[in-house]
Amino acid sequence: MTAAIVTTGLGKRYRRRWALSDCTLEIPAGRVTGLVGQNGAGKSTLMNLAAGLLRPTTGTIEVCGGRPASDVAQLAKVGFVAQDTPTYAALSVRDHLRLGARLNPGWDDALAWSRVERIGLDPGQRAGRLSGGQRAQLALAIGLAKRPELLILDEPVASLDPFARREFLQLLMEAVAEQELSVVLSSHVVSDLERVSDHVVVLVDAKVRLAGDVETLLDTHHRLTGPRRAETAMPHDQQVVSVRHTDRQSTYVVRTDGPILDPSWSVSALGLEDLVLSYMGQPASTGTTPALEVLR
Amino acid sequence: MIWLSWRQFRLQAVTAVAAVAAVVVVLAVTGPRLADLAAAGAAQVFDRLTPTDITLFWAGVIVVAGLPALVGAFWGAPLVAHELERGTHRLAWAQSVTRTRWLTTKLVVTAVAAALAVGAVALAVSLWSAPLDGVVSRTRGSLPGHLTPVSFAMRGVVPVAYAVFAVVLGATLGAVLRRPIPAMALTLALYVVVQLVVPLWVRPHLVAPTTATVTISVDTLDGISADPSGRLDSLTVHTGDRDDWILSNETLDRAGLVATLPTWLADCAAPPTTTAVNGGVRARPIDPCLARLNAEGYTQRVVYQPADRFWPIQWAEAALYLAASCLLAGFCVWWTRKRLS
Repeated sequence: MTAAIVTTGLGKRYRRRWALSDCTLEIPAGRVTGLVGQNGAGKSTLMNLAAGLLRPTTGTIEVCGGRPASDVAQLAKVGFVAQDTPTYAALSVRDHLRLGARLNPGWDDALAWSRVERIGLDPGQRAGRLSGGQRAQLALAIGLAKRPELLILDEPVASLDPFARREFLQLLMEAVAEQELSVVLSSHVVSDLERVSDHVVVLVDAKVRLAGDVETLLDTHHRLTGPRRAETAMPHDQQVVSVRHTDRQSTYVVRTDGPILDPSWSVSALGLEDLVLSYMGQPASTGTTPALEVLR
Repeated sequence: MIWLSWRQFRLQAVTAVAAVAAVVVVLAVTGPRLADLAAAGAAQVFDRLTPTDITLFWAGVIVVAGLPALVGAFWGAPLVAHELERGTHRLAWAQSVTRTRWLTTKLVVTAVAAALAVGAVALAVSLWSAPLDGVVSRTRGSLPGHLTPVSFAMRGVVPVAYAVFAVVLGATLGAVLRRPIPAMALTLALYVVVQLVVPLWVRPHLVAPTTATVTISVDTLDGISADPSGRLDSLTVHTGDRDDWILSNETLDRAGLVATLPTWLADCAAPPTTTAVNGGVRARPIDPCLARLNAEGYTQRVVYQPADRFWPIQWAEAALYLAASCLLAGFCVWWTRKRLS
């Protein structure tokens, strides 16, 4: 399988602050990748770099085999729905579809219109008068009708109510199934991504903390609960992700390829949300815990 | 991309067409009478003008002076800044159009529209004012000639170049500042500075000016002025054609050096005193004073642009502004490509 996005030592600095640093990553093609992280962790920066809206300070990024936004052919390969789903407030829905048709050589007008009808948008309505959910759907329709190889969605559901969120993600998944495209979408809410993504990247403090296939991650992470025990007493093949001690009891989240044999632990499976949160709770810059990557 | 630029610009375009049409109608209604006046005899044009004509003349000057500034502030400055502020550039840049093409198309569409709008108004005002430019009354006053700084910038082709320059200036400042309102304010301020600097220090040298040595006589004398204490400090002459643009007017002594006026001139050419002669007020004749100035070797050096250089200077200044616009546009494209990321 080829990669949709490959980065090496990628970094972006705004004046003094590094919004993203030393990011080496491979996002697979043909899958839905969720990018998780708290606000300010560097999700938008990474996505803007991939879409070519930003240029890297250090390192390189390759998207669908080319440098982002280097020419028209490259631009046509990557669809991008920016944060807050910007649209021209004074332009109507119909105008937005015309805009897409005029500016994209591979525009699929039938697809665009069928999506707009499906969502129930009035073509004459000005985009400024649409609700947040409708605007997000319009932006998605434009992104999909461009027929890109890779669609990047930056926090597309952040401002939507739970119902609109569900609807948006559902329509997105249908489109993914029909069009066979790669998708990268970000959110600071893990449960949004849990439903749709099969690959996940966790960013903490401008650095990649975790990247891997969701199933593999779930298979190799365990929650261990038992009598209080020091971290140094843990077996070497079990990588401690997070730990919480009470007076008498310890709760560990560990990553290991092998089975848990110690009978003093009660072992339970982790959901993606708990797994991701246990990584996000850790400080990223300890130095002793390098970014983990689970390979398929 | 042209379609999108046009679609975003449509409302402004309609406003501009309406405004230009209004100006043209007013001038078309009032203009023919002026042309008839001029045809009847240039000598009395000024004396036969109505106060409305004079008001319209100055309104024309103000409109053509102000239009490029408004176009720069209201069309140029928001061109990029508004998109950056609203974040809509992220929608546009996510389509299959390079940033360079996006920006150049927007710039060209807006600059062409500005050039057409300002050009139409400037042409109408130029035609309307042609019979009035430089008219002089023996007794009551005059209107500025078309080469003087007051009128030059509002006639011919330079307003078109100003409009293009103002749009590009506004767009560039908008891209750099990323906020429409500060960009509008700075565009206006910088445009005004440029419009003061160019006529004062650049325009006189666009075409090498002519220097003439003029004999001081009653025929050439324009006036003698005194400082507040009553001492005569300067004397000016004219070049024969009232439409010439006088750049400097200096009195030289016998050695050919710039000189102050001799002190005796004050007594000789004193202002009319109220000596009652047959009940009237009579000035002392000034001829003997001027004759004595000549005898003592005083002459007048005049540096000026002859009236027939109107078009060469127009084209030179238009070319200067268009060249500056191209440089600025290049910078704006570079900034949008490299720095807005």
